[in-house]
Amino acid sequence: MDLIAQIEAEQIAALGKDIPDFKAGDTIRVGYKVTEGSRSRVQNYEGVCISRKNGEGIAGSFTVRKISFGEGVERVFPLHSTNIESIEVVRRGRVRRAKLYYLRSRRGKSARIAEDAHYKPKKA
Amino acid sequence: MRSGIIAKKVGMTRLFMEDGRQIPVTVLQLDNLQVVAQRTIEKDGYTAVQLGAGEAKAKRTSKAMRGHFAAANVAPKRKIAEFRVSEDGLIDVGAEISAEHFLEGQKVDVAGTSIGKGFAGAMKRHNFGGLRASHGVSISHRSHGSTGQCQDPGKVFKGKKMAGHMGAVRVTTQNLEVVKTDADRGLVFIKGAVPGSKGGWVTVKDAVKKKAPEGLPFPAAVKSTAAPAAEAPAEEVAAEGGEA
Repeated sequence: MDLIAQIEAEQIAALGKDIPDFKAGDTIRVGYKVTEGSRSRVQNYEGVCISRKNGEGIAGSFTVRKISFGEGVERVFPLHSTNIESIEVVRRGRVRRAKLYYLRSRRGKSARIAEDAHYKPKKA
Repeated sequence: MRSGIIAKKVGMTRLFMEDGRQIPVTVLQLDNLQVVAQRTIEKDGYTAVQLGAGEAKAKRTSKAMRGHFAAANVAPKRKIAEFRVSEDGLIDVGAEISAEHFLEGQKVDVAGTSIGKGFAGAMKRHNFGGLRASHGVSISHRSHGSTGQCQDPGKVFKGKKMAGHMGAVRVTTQNLEVVKTDADRGLVFIKGAVPGSKGGWVTVKDAVKKKAPEGLPFPAAVKSTAAPAAEAPAEEVAAEGGEA
């Protein structure tokens, strides 16, 4: 393991995040810390994960898309951000792509994702 | 004036801070950084310390340099650099400098040899705009365009920015912030990018354009274990090293 990988592994361990197993197509709920003035609270953001980038490493990130008041909204979260309080998988989706960017041009019925009824957790 | 350090660029990563910020950092490593020689007013007319870093094979070190290292009683070094210091800032020969030489939050200047780009066009080298994509432009979309006027002056002015060799020159980036230091492994985390490629040598000095913070180790943060031992055995090893 080179030094950079070692430093990153140590940092991930030190952050001690409990990141669930999820992939593109899953509906997830992200608890994100929002600071307003001096107060900080946790805001939930729920939507479909349409992409995961850079794996499980320190540079990893994921994109969550939802339709908010008729408008498509996408947010990119760093996987290991200290601003993320929690990540919850709401629903497992069955998709055949790693990046679901095609959802951007779809609305309504055609933008649905079938539920993955046969989800098997990854062996640790 | 305090000595700087020689460090090896390990690579870049990011640090997540408690307040949610993430900071891009370059990791620099201090590799057997020792004082190899001193320059003094009496002998050289100025004061400086010569530092050496890395490990070099003795058989690949020239005889002259082997003698130089032996005189300082240090192992042959890969990279050597001199740092001007004030007279009270001289460090004992043989002392090993630790990463705690710099404080967190301190500003530093980092110098290194930038990555070579070879023969680069005017767009890449000088941020020229190039020519248009259409409207009759053919084959010369990335050319620099006109280089001057007409019969008067009838020449291209010296220093005209044109295509040519780019990179592989010494570059200093000023006022970079030290985010973290790790004395055990000899690591210094610098915010942002640092000139040069991974595995390249850089020199890190206190920023010349910022006031030094309080409590900087002066003349240097020296590893206690590597404190210069008695001078007598040093001479013996020096003699042996010279013959090797």
